[in-house]
Amino acid sequence: MSASDVVVSAEGLRIWYGTERGPVRAVDGVSFELRAGETLGLVGESGCGKSTLGRGLLDLLPEGSKMDGSLRYQGHDVLAMSTSRRHALRGSDLAMIFQEPLTRLNPLMRIREHFEEALRTHEPGVGKDELRRRSMEVLRRIGIPPTRYESYPHEFSGGMRQRLMIALALALRPAFIVADEPTTALDVLVEAQILEMLHDLRSEIDTALLLITHNLGIVAEACDRVAVMYAGEIVEIGDARDVFRNPRHPYTRELLRSTISLSTTGLHYIPGAPPDLVEPPSGCHFHPRCPDAMTVCTTTAPPVVESAGTLAACWLQSPGAIPAGAEEPLRRREISDADEA
Amino acid sequence: MSPGSLPRYIVQRLLLIVPMIWVILTLVFLVLRVAPGDPVTAAVGDRLSAEALAERRAALGLDRPLLQQYLEYLGNVARLDFGQTISDNIPIIDIVRDNGGATLTLALAGLLFALLVGVPLGAVAGRRRDSISDVVIRLFGVITYAAPVFFVGLLAKLFFSVQLGWFPTSDIATPITKFQVETRTRILLLDAALGGDTDAVIDILHHLVLPAVTLGLLLCGVFIRLVRVNMLQSLKADYVEAARARGITERRVTSAYAFRNALVPFVTVLGLQIALLLAGAVLTESTFNWPGLGTRLIDYITARDYIAVQGIVTLFAVVVVLISLLVDVVNALIDPRIRY
Repeated sequence: MSASDVVVSAEGLRIWYGTERGPVRAVDGVSFELRAGETLGLVGESGCGKSTLGRGLLDLLPEGSKMDGSLRYQGHDVLAMSTSRRHALRGSDLAMIFQEPLTRLNPLMRIREHFEEALRTHEPGVGKDELRRRSMEVLRRIGIPPTRYESYPHEFSGGMRQRLMIALALALRPAFIVADEPTTALDVLVEAQILEMLHDLRSEIDTALLLITHNLGIVAEACDRVAVMYAGEIVEIGDARDVFRNPRHPYTRELLRSTISLSTTGLHYIPGAPPDLVEPPSGCHFHPRCPDAMTVCTTTAPPVVESAGTLAACWLQSPGAIPAGAEEPLRRREISDADEA
Repeated sequence: MSPGSLPRYIVQRLLLIVPMIWVILTLVFLVLRVAPGDPVTAAVGDRLSAEALAERRAALGLDRPLLQQYLEYLGNVARLDFGQTISDNIPIIDIVRDNGGATLTLALAGLLFALLVGVPLGAVAGRRRDSISDVVIRLFGVITYAAPVFFVGLLAKLFFSVQLGWFPTSDIATPITKFQVETRTRILLLDAALGGDTDAVIDILHHLVLPAVTLGLLLCGVFIRLVRVNMLQSLKADYVEAARARGITERRVTSAYAFRNALVPFVTVLGLQIALLLAGAVLTESTFNWPGLGTRLIDYITARDYIAVQGIVTLFAVVVVLISLLVDVVNALIDPRIRY
């Protein structure tokens, strides 16, 4: 793959919200690349900043939030664009699919109106018949019968509404889609359908997909690469199979151990809670919960190290760089119940 | 969810009017009789001897037991006979016919003003939350809602009529207009328009401006708050974010998504505001000497004319119920999710 295939790239991207206690660093220096036709899974606990990152890519952040660093779409510096130019990318170039499909369609508008509106916004010259033909084609592809074209959103089930959301995005043929937990609110059978649709979508129109999820099973099934996010940072990113087989970062490892399957005999979890993003821990953000923490982890953020194409930010990956004496295992008091609460 | 259930709902609501009217009649009946004085004392109390007063009361049937008067009145109403006023012997039906048009004109004009001014202002305030325009609009809304109608009316009269001389101080039209316009519908403005009398129409509209604005301002404050709050809600809705993510223009998001969805709850409570509109109309009419039902109602309350007050209040109640029913039907048409 050449560099020209890169659809979206972020370099040191930071997003923070102003609060009364100070800025919440929801995304704190994130770098990644996404190529055409590629799916990147973004996993992490609730509150680690993955949804914020997804929204930031489309400039859908709430008022009072700030973004800096570098974000490029097909080589263009997105953050340097005017607001109107940035917003003009939405729909036709960048699209987003959300977690709760039930509330994402305008309850007062027919499905037909949603499609006509979206197409007409991006291709003003399209005639009525052409609009209809194209909407019908997309609907057919997602398995919604043409007779439902005049229906209202409330006449569809959650799974159908999510398919409609995908169809609406698909009709505009975007180059990049953020799917923010698109199947979390749906049952397992519908989940499989939705993932299948997303898969078809990228093979048909070569869309790059950022799939945000907390379900590692979905990543294993649907993603080429995976990025593991913790406390606003990507701690490990690489080929999904490689990362799952051979996690470099203790957080990834612990996360994988915490998944539930039929062979699970006891539940594993990571003690403690995700850190406060107003005042994140010093050094490596994960050190208070890390079973492998060393003295160095408390003071200095680990360098990002590449091995076999996978990037990980952990001192274990670069033992040679640790200052002498700082590789002592971190001694700390047991995490008390009070800390966990 | 069957589409045929809307007619059934309408019939149900219409049937509910009967018990409601009974409650209102009973309440009005009791309140009027608990209030000190009666029609006879109010009319001639200081001029006649006690015996003569008692005689007059007996003639009107006011000396009979309350329950008997009550049942007799209910019986008459059930036969749609609202009776005649005690003080001037006019059938209630005639009062409604002769004065209803003026009240209707005023109420509609006030409502129109409130809708045209209050709804857009509320939408702007909601769209630009916490901006200067939002603060100014909110302040305007609170003041117009809190200020008593008669006070606003008096100030408007003092300034625009007396000081500036732009508008007449009272009544619905000049005597000449009233005399010239041929009676057809008994709604003076409509009659003038139907007769093609442009001068009369202008004269009536000229008289209408101040009362309509006074009444409209009262509702305007309510509308601003309602639309603003609902606009804020719908702007936060998930479908608004999704529309932005699809690249729908901000203008269209505001109008077709936020504003349209904000109107649904607004229309729902609009029905309730009709009561406020009519209450405001009564006060506005008496402030501007507008020859409508409100002015008459206040006259008859002063005269302790039980029959007249009962009749007019009942009419107001029926109007409120019918309009709130109409609002429900309109709402079902706006919002495809609503099926009764």
